[in-house]
Amino acid sequence: MQEVLNTTELLAIPALPLIAALIVGLFGWALKETLSHTITTASVIASAALSIHVFTQVLDGSSYYGNFWEWMISGSFKVPVGMMIDQLTAIMMITVTIVSACVHIYTIGYMHGDPGYSRFFAYISGFTFSMLVLVMGNNFFTLFFGWEAVGLVSYLLIGFWFKRESANFASLKAFIVNRVGDFGFAVGILAIWYYFGTIDYREVFDHVETFVAQGHMLSFMGWQMDAITFICLALFVGAMGKSGQVPLHVWLPDSMEGPTPISALIHAATMVTAGVFMVARCSPMFEFSETALAAVTLVGAITAWMCATIGLVQNDIKRVIAYSTCSQLGYMFVACGVSAYSVGIFHLMTHAYFKALLFLAAGSVIHAVMAEQDIRKMGQLRKYMPVTYITMLIAALALSGIPPFAGYWSKDLIIEAAAVTEMGWIGQFAYFAVLSGVFMTAFYTFRMFFLTFHNSDRVPEEIKPHVHESPWVITLPLCILAVGALAAGYWGANVLHMPGVGNEVQGFFGTSIFVLEVHDPLLRLEEMEHAGSIGLMIEFGPLMLALSGIGLAVLMYLRKTSMPKSLAKAAGPLYTFLLNKWYWDELYAKVFMRPAQCLGNWLWQKADLAMIDRGILHGMIVDSVASGALRFRAMQTGMVYHYAYVMVIGVFGLLTWLLLKA
Amino acid sequence: MGSLPYNVLEFPILSLSIFLPAIGAIFIWLFVKGDNAVRWSSLIVSILTFLVTLPLWLKFDTSTAHMQFEELHPWIETYHINYQLGVDGISMPFILLTSLLTVICIVSAWECITVRVKEYMLAFLILETTLIGVFSALDAVLFYFFWEAMLIPMYLIIGIWGGKNRVYATLKFFLYTLAGSVLMLIALLAMYFKAGETFSMLDFMAYPFDFTWQFWIWIAFFIAFAVKVPMWPVHTWLPDAHTEAPTAGSVILAGILLKMGAYGFLRFSLPMLPDASQYFVPFVVALSLIAIIYISLVAMMQKDMKRLIAYSSIAHMGFVTLGTFMFTQQAIEGALFGMISHGFVAAALFLCVGVMYDRLHTREIGDYGGVVNVMPVFAAVMMLFCMANVALPGASSFIGEIMVLIGTFNPSDVAQANLSISTKWIAIAATSSVVLSACYTLWMYKRVVFGALTKDSVKTMQDMNVREFSYFVPLIILVVWLGFYPMPVLDVMHASALHLVEQSTASKLDAAAALAEHAGAAMQHAKGH
Repeated sequence: MQEVLNTTELLAIPALPLIAALIVGLFGWALKETLSHTITTASVIASAALSIHVFTQVLDGSSYYGNFWEWMISGSFKVPVGMMIDQLTAIMMITVTIVSACVHIYTIGYMHGDPGYSRFFAYISGFTFSMLVLVMGNNFFTLFFGWEAVGLVSYLLIGFWFKRESANFASLKAFIVNRVGDFGFAVGILAIWYYFGTIDYREVFDHVETFVAQGHMLSFMGWQMDAITFICLALFVGAMGKSGQVPLHVWLPDSMEGPTPISALIHAATMVTAGVFMVARCSPMFEFSETALAAVTLVGAITAWMCATIGLVQNDIKRVIAYSTCSQLGYMFVACGVSAYSVGIFHLMTHAYFKALLFLAAGSVIHAVMAEQDIRKMGQLRKYMPVTYITMLIAALALSGIPPFAGYWSKDLIIEAAAVTEMGWIGQFAYFAVLSGVFMTAFYTFRMFFLTFHNSDRVPEEIKPHVHESPWVITLPLCILAVGALAAGYWGANVLHMPGVGNEVQGFFGTSIFVLEVHDPLLRLEEMEHAGSIGLMIEFGPLMLALSGIGLAVLMYLRKTSMPKSLAKAAGPLYTFLLNKWYWDELYAKVFMRPAQCLGNWLWQKADLAMIDRGILHGMIVDSVASGALRFRAMQTGMVYHYAYVMVIGVFGLLTWLLLKA
Repeated sequence: MGSLPYNVLEFPILSLSIFLPAIGAIFIWLFVKGDNAVRWSSLIVSILTFLVTLPLWLKFDTSTAHMQFEELHPWIETYHINYQLGVDGISMPFILLTSLLTVICIVSAWECITVRVKEYMLAFLILETTLIGVFSALDAVLFYFFWEAMLIPMYLIIGIWGGKNRVYATLKFFLYTLAGSVLMLIALLAMYFKAGETFSMLDFMAYPFDFTWQFWIWIAFFIAFAVKVPMWPVHTWLPDAHTEAPTAGSVILAGILLKMGAYGFLRFSLPMLPDASQYFVPFVVALSLIAIIYISLVAMMQKDMKRLIAYSSIAHMGFVTLGTFMFTQQAIEGALFGMISHGFVAAALFLCVGVMYDRLHTREIGDYGGVVNVMPVFAAVMMLFCMANVALPGASSFIGEIMVLIGTFNPSDVAQANLSISTKWIAIAATSSVVLSACYTLWMYKRVVFGALTKDSVKTMQDMNVREFSYFVPLIILVVWLGFYPMPVLDVMHASALHLVEQSTASKLDAAAALAEHAGAAMQHAKGH
């Protein structure tokens, strides 16, 4: 069945959350808590239902492409606002709306009684709208609009508790670091318009092949680069910012200052994956630039590995998960870099469910222990909160990549794809990074899990009486997401066939993702499977590493609980290095923040005030005039309006004289 | 000037727009007594003026680059000076911006101006007359008259109702601009004699000046306009003037006065002196980039909110001058749109500072902190305009900036031919504003609005009242509406911008050479670039 989707239905999907956000945002002060959350939650649930409906239609082969209105027109520069719905969009839509609906329900319990209750709901509904625009748009400007809008909401939500200095700092940091990425994105858009004369996805993608054949080059001071590589790298800088990739990852862990529901929705499941979505969406462009693909792989691999090492030693429950998010996003980029975009998006989807679950469960824990986030002050919580315990266990197993949980299906494929890629040393490094990352992921996940729910009971006495299981509005979303964390992997792999080989229609993504046959690692894997030449290491290595990671966590945090301390002591400098997150923040403060402030101050005090004002203006011009004018001093009354009136008369007098002279 | 004035309304609407505020001012001066009566009657006059200017937009013929709503009467016939008015897509939006911002200025001064209320209101109404005059004059003498006359009310506004350092600020403002104006007068006189004793700006555009004349006239104009924009390094009067001006003075200064400089480039330099404009492209581009990057860094370090926004205005005007000298439709429309948008956003930010200043009588960032706790509505409004200042998509400022960047990345051939490096790199350098504007705007917002309530003085602050909120409403609507649907304004600009691109990318040198030959003058003339 090849049909065009219903425009009204498609428009309703982003419009519902937008309307709800506007109502609650503008009139929240007059609404009761119940009304605020009913309006927003109902609209997002409706939006999720419609998305699922659209998704089933897309499965049947329907699609949509159309423009609604012109945003800007100036000569040949035309920016329409329109939608393009295909498989890639559809899977993003259901992921975003389902996670968002769960988070809405969860928030009812989590934010209850907060003075900013309505504001919070307005923000997250607004976020859902922005994210839907981001994924549903049909050109780079709608993508950029959604991109900036989610960035704005993220900024507002990180700084939601505006009384905290740390939250305000984190929100500012998040916005500025993201803007560094947006700088690249904007440059990419400028270049796309310059070279292609359009910013429409379809028109650009259709012309990439002929464009590359024409061999456009870009030069800067004798340094040459082909245009498609320039465009892809510029776009990827944007993706790095939004998706927390090294070296623009520094904002993501700090974003944990925001309330936990948004850590789940924005900083784990949806917004931060926008970069991966963008690279997959632009696969027809990235495929034609080996350099850009190598850069994506390298950056993804470094992030996956480095953030995993930092995650090993963090003590804040949310920061552990945050570094894990950075690391997993690195995995997704590695997948895209080795041309297994479908696997990257598959991992994006499974990750959305189990990571959102992990965060929401962590939020449930934080809620129970009176806003304590330090896992050193938890322990034995499984006795008090069974639902949270079980659901978090599911999420932890999914993140570690244990079958049959969701993460296994997608992460395993990324590692296999990295194993067979023919990218030289970058491919080998990526394989090493994602493989060793598996071990670390399993270890830090279960370290956090055991310290929270098992180990010794370290909850302070005064908090102990308050520890309790969370109400149903909190546990219900946990259970819904747990179903996702359990089943999304199997469903995606075996029902939807998401990891599709090549551009064959048999895979879920069909033509929405473009892969050159020479790059396709999945095709190579399939060939190897036919030939029976896949080694045991490729097939079972990751699982073994994951199990040994869990095993080590069991040993260190369940059996010999004195081990971590002595190990930390033995590894002294390395431990401090990891605990301080590789000193990225300190580096940026030294290299960017302070020099920029010094430069700004210098330009102001020395160039503007000392040189231009005092030096040239006063020293050379005003003073020389003034010395000549000393004799007219008597006329100076010091009253400004005297001068003014004299000047008025003077100007008119002069004018009259000039005109009447003839 | 053989053809009849083109005016679809067959009614001197421009004259009415210009002189209505002045007539109103005289009326108020003579007949209205009592501060409140003065406030209300000024408000009525300014609203009436706004309503009178609306048909300019509603009845505007977007299909032509021809001057519209023209009026032509002889004024001083001996010198061929005419009372000639008319607007096109370049000047018309500024007239509406002026008449709208004047209403807002009058409302904003309602309670905070308590001394010499009548004089204050009169100054604003006279100022409105001169500003509308500048944007509708088509005769150079008339233009110069309004251009200079504008200084007087502005001088009084800063000098009488300004802050502590107002004497220094006004003198600096006056001397800077006067120095530029003198050169402009000389340039106008030079053109008058060269072009055959006419002061019509349309004749100046048509007359083929040779390169030497263009070169020197361009420099004279440049100094006059660069001071007004202002461009680095003649910008140092602006932060002082803004800091000392009363709120409404800053609003008009940032909203309209700065645009006069860039308007001058678009109305005089580009169409009248295309060859010189092309020749000076690298110079203007360099100064624009300095404005965008250097000034942004300076803005970041400011401790005084008004000074910060003043520097931010200079940085945004850098985009305008950059776009102006790329000679493409996108860049010129982007520059024009950016100016209109900046008129709303900068005005709103100054109003925001004004709202806080009225409560605590300080502009120091360090004296605030945690304002959101006591003024949530105000915090939301200021957030909106800060995000607009950062040029987030969805705000009108995004449209202007992105179009300038698009036009710079893909400039006209003549602009590129005069530059030794590809404009792509210039566009990329200018795009850094994406980061820098976020740094200075949001850092200020964080320090002023966010945070815990620790200062006793801040605790006493009350949220905005209805009057204060009322003057933000039109600005909010315009910034968001034009951010999502800029077409009503862009449509107005298309024909004129395209015409200006044709004028500025063409060369007058061949015609100048032919003219020189025809006259049989055996003078040597510069064959330029």
